[in-house]
Amino acid sequence: MRISTFFYTIRQGIINIFRNKWFSLASIATIGACLFLFGLFYAVISNFQNIVKTAQEGVSVTVFFDEGISQEKIEEIGALIDKRVEVSKKEFISADEAWEGFKEEYLGEYADGFTENPLANSASYEIYLNDVSLQPALVSYLEGVDGIRMVNRSEVTASTLTGVNALVAYISVGIIAILFAVSIFLISNTVTIGIAVRKEEITIMKYIGATDFFVRSPFVIEGMLIGVIGSLLPIGIIYVLYNKVIEYIMIKFHMLTKLLSFLPVEEVFRTLIPVSICMGVGIGFLGSITTVRKHLRV
Amino acid sequence: MAKSEVRGRKRKRQSFGNDEIITLENVSKAYATGAPALNGVDLRIRRGEFVFIVGDSGSGKSTMIKLLLRELIPTSGNINVMGYDLVHIRHRKIPKFRRNLGIVFQDFRLLKDRNVYENVAFAQRIIQASNKEIKRNVPSILATVGLAGKYKAKPRQLSGGEQQRVAIARALVNRPSILLADEPTGNLDPKNSWEIMKLLEQINENGTTVLVVTHNREIVNAMQKRVVTMKKGVIVSDEEKGGYIDED
Repeated sequence: MRISTFFYTIRQGIINIFRNKWFSLASIATIGACLFLFGLFYAVISNFQNIVKTAQEGVSVTVFFDEGISQEKIEEIGALIDKRVEVSKKEFISADEAWEGFKEEYLGEYADGFTENPLANSASYEIYLNDVSLQPALVSYLEGVDGIRMVNRSEVTASTLTGVNALVAYISVGIIAILFAVSIFLISNTVTIGIAVRKEEITIMKYIGATDFFVRSPFVIEGMLIGVIGSLLPIGIIYVLYNKVIEYIMIKFHMLTKLLSFLPVEEVFRTLIPVSICMGVGIGFLGSITTVRKHLRV
Repeated sequence: MAKSEVRGRKRKRQSFGNDEIITLENVSKAYATGAPALNGVDLRIRRGEFVFIVGDSGSGKSTMIKLLLRELIPTSGNINVMGYDLVHIRHRKIPKFRRNLGIVFQDFRLLKDRNVYENVAFAQRIIQASNKEIKRNVPSILATVGLAGKYKAKPRQLSGGEQQRVAIARALVNRPSILLADEPTGNLDPKNSWEIMKLLEQINENGTTVLVVTHNREIVNAMQKRVVTMKKGVIVSDEEKGGYIDED
């Protein structure tokens, strides 16, 4: 294709948008709404996953040993734990450290009455996981290891976090899929009207010897341009809103600051911008190419 | 597929001989309802000829034009135009074939939102001519049809005769071998009709084969060109330097 033909096609695509501007605006608005919701869900999900990840990092399994176990045996169990893929890190807490921690947290000055360590048999491994959903597998393994007396776990926290994460993802995918279908339908309508408006011109083009590609491409360009414009608008809006919402949450719910760890806007947008633009172009391309094939048998 | 292509090529060589630029061999075209629009038509047109095709409504003239444009496929028979076998031509080859044809309609079919220059340049853009070629060819063809001074005008600012000149310029700018004119004077007054016919004659003298479908008795009788008369889907008369035959 010649460069002049390429620019001519692009120009015709832009002219098409202005020729039926109300339908183009409706399509841009729908794609914009679709991708705005997508961006919103993406921002929420990424932050939620970040919060979950932070929370998961705090979820641990504690392993207590049989009474009178030797230090060598404890180290042997430590080596077995290190080999497990579920484990991200482990910490050894000796009986003395356990008692010191307990005293500090619960007893304070009342601890002076104790002459011996009541937690003499409470040395433990504090095990942190890579993925909280892998906790049951690790626990059942540890319960079978010789020398381990008890395994403490936080099953409710683990399953709740995993469940909520999945639920949010499913709902998001469902809503986005519906909006996609609506966007494709609206683009298809816009292109159909564009074809009807230009029917005479298309007939002349065919008589003069225009190729199918030459006749069809301005409509596909029109759809893709609508997609690009429709994707840029929500990106801009979400960019402005994102910082404001996080700022608001941090001020209003400052007691939750330790629990809620938000991602910086740059990190969210590093993925969101290319994905949104690609989706906009994709919706525009799909909506227009299917319509052009259906209504423009040239 | 390969077999039919070979068959097509053989036919092309057999039927496209000598100086013939258009050949119709025993061509019939029937639509889903009603009598056949064309019935066993044979027609041979030589390169550089000027031919009138006349006949009343329903005689099959429009069907013949549509067949020559490869807008329709015949029910039976063979059509060969400029070496293209129009019965077996592949869909993707049709644009290339049509680039060698110029077409002029009764209702001009100009793009109303574009000026004279852009209407003519439109045909060049379709064949993907470069900007340089467009800038050279469009003013030249506008001068040929006598509209050099009106290149900025929109179609609504022109008379019927001028609009038809723009349509002829658009049909000619890609230098076609054949110009098909479907009732080119149907919407024009006698003076403009004569001017358009003189222009078509001049184009023919420059080497383009011209086929004119018309109802205009005076012009056909005055111009003394080959006249093919059609009636109810068949050719009833084909005369060199002929005249308009009345139905009665």
